[in-house]
Amino acid sequence: MERIYLDSVSSKPVDPRVLAFAKQFLEQGCGNPSSLHSVGLEAKRALEDARTKVTELINAENDRTIIFTSCSTEANNLAIRGTALRNIGKGKEVVASAIEHISVLNPMKELQKNGFSLHVIPVDSMGIVDSKKLDEALTKQTTVTSIMYANNEIGTIEPIKEISAIVHDKGLYLHVDATAAAGHIPIDVQADGIDLLTLSSNDLYGPQGAGALYVKPGIKLQPVLLGGGQERGLRSGTENIFAIAGMGEAARIAKDEMAHETERLKGMRDRLIQEITTIEESYLTGHPTQRLPHHASFRFNHIEGESILLNMDMYNMQVSTGSACSSKTLEPSHVLLAIGLKHEEAHGSMVLTLGRSNKMKDISTIVKAVKETVERLRKLSPLSKKGVI
Amino acid sequence: MAQIGYSKKVMEHFMNPRNVGTIENPDGYGKVGNPVCGDLMEMYIKVKDDIITDIKFQTFGCGSAIATSSMVTELAKGKHADEAMEITRGDVASELDGLPPQKMHCSNLAADALHEAIKDYMSKRESSGKTGIKRGKATG
Repeated sequence: MERIYLDSVSSKPVDPRVLAFAKQFLEQGCGNPSSLHSVGLEAKRALEDARTKVTELINAENDRTIIFTSCSTEANNLAIRGTALRNIGKGKEVVASAIEHISVLNPMKELQKNGFSLHVIPVDSMGIVDSKKLDEALTKQTTVTSIMYANNEIGTIEPIKEISAIVHDKGLYLHVDATAAAGHIPIDVQADGIDLLTLSSNDLYGPQGAGALYVKPGIKLQPVLLGGGQERGLRSGTENIFAIAGMGEAARIAKDEMAHETERLKGMRDRLIQEITTIEESYLTGHPTQRLPHHASFRFNHIEGESILLNMDMYNMQVSTGSACSSKTLEPSHVLLAIGLKHEEAHGSMVLTLGRSNKMKDISTIVKAVKETVERLRKLSPLSKKGVI
Repeated sequence: MAQIGYSKKVMEHFMNPRNVGTIENPDGYGKVGNPVCGDLMEMYIKVKDDIITDIKFQTFGCGSAIATSSMVTELAKGKHADEAMEITRGDVASELDGLPPQKMHCSNLAADALHEAIKDYMSKRESSGKTGIKRGKATG
C-alpha cells in the first residue's frame, strides 16, 4: 500500500526545493557567521538571507525582529521566560489560554513554582478563547500573555486581532505561538497587533532544528541561553546555517504558494469532514469554520485513539490522536479536556492533517480506511453493544 | 537498544485478535477498568469440570489492551481454572515478546479480567454446592 501521510501537524517532510537550496551548506560546509573571513561572511549572508525571507512571511517591521532559535519550543521559552524575567520589577503574573502547547504551559508552570501567578483562560466548546475572562485576568502586573494563533490538535484559529486589542488596551504584551498556523494562513504581525511570535522551520516544510521568535521593535527580553551573544544577544550559540537557510527558503515558498495551496487543502479537508462525520456517533472537534485549512479532527464514541492510530497505520496512513494511551503521561489531551470533553470522549480522538503530498484522489481511500477502522474497533469494544458500528 | 514501539507479536494480536466476542450464559464473567481511564475489558468463560473450554473477550482500549486480552484468552483456553488463576501480567507480556514500560498496566488488566471471570465461576460453583475437580485430576 502506498503511504498516505496524514500527520503533517506532527512533522512535515522537507520540501525537495528547500533541500536543494539548503544542502549546499551541508555539502560544501559553511563557516561560522561570527567569523570575519570570507567563509564566515558567506555563512552570514545565508543567515541574513533567511532572516529576510522569514521577515517577509509575517510582514515584520524589519529583519532585526527575527531571532533564530533551534525550534519553536525554544522560541516559546525565550518569549515567556525572557519577557517574564526581564520585567520582573513590573509584576509576576503570566497569562495563557488553556489550549496552549506544553512548550508554552510548562515554562509558565515553572515560573509559577518560582513565585509567579499563572492565569489560565478557558476556551469554549469549539476552542475559542473566552475574551471576557481574558480581559478580567489581565492586570498591571501581567508581564506576558500567550495565546496561540491556531491550535494543533483541534485546528481552531483564534481571533488574534480581537485578543491583541484586549491585551494592548491594558498596555501589555501579547505572545502568539504560530507554530501550527504559519505557512497555512496569512499572518501579519503588524496588522494583527502581535508583539512576540513563535515560528517553526519544520512546520513550514523546512528542516528540523530551526525555529524563530519575532520580537517587535522596542521589546526587551532576557536571554535564556548565554554565551557568545549571537542573535542580538538573545540567543547565544553558533547558528545552524543549514536548518536556518532551509527555514528561510521554506518561508519564501510558503508565502508564494499559500493562496493556491490553502484552497486545495480546504477542498480536501471539507470532504474529509463531510464524509467522516457521516459515521454514527462521530463528531468534529474544534471550530467548523474558523479552522486551519489542512486540519480535520474528530472523536468517535466507544473506541480508543491509540488503537485508531495503529489500525490506520496498517493501511499505511499515519494519523495522530489526543488519547491518553498514546501520551507519555497517560493523560488525555489537555486541549480536548479544555473544550469540555469527558475523559472517555477524549480517548477516542483522531487528527488528520493534510499536506503537500496529499491528493484529492486519495480522499475516498482515506475515508474508507477510517470507516473500516472504526467499525472493526467497535466490534471489539464492550461499549458499543447497542449495535453502533 | 531499547524496544521501540510494539513487538511484532503485539501487532499481530492487535490486528487478528483471538476469541473476540461474548458468551451467552457464561459460567464466569469478569469486567475490569473503566472508559474514563481509557481501558475496559470484559471476559466470558465456559467451564466444564473446572477446565476453561471456551473464552471470549471484548476490549475498549489501546493496542496493548487489545493484544493482551487476546493473548490471555489463548493462554487460558483449555487450562484448569486454578492454573489459569496463576497467569500473571508478566506471563502475558512475555508471551507477547514484551510491552513498552508505560504499557505494563494494560497487560495487568487482561490478567485481572480473566481472574475476575474465574472468581465469578468459582463463587457460582460454591453457591450451587458443586465441588470442583482438583487440578491435575481433570479427565478433560
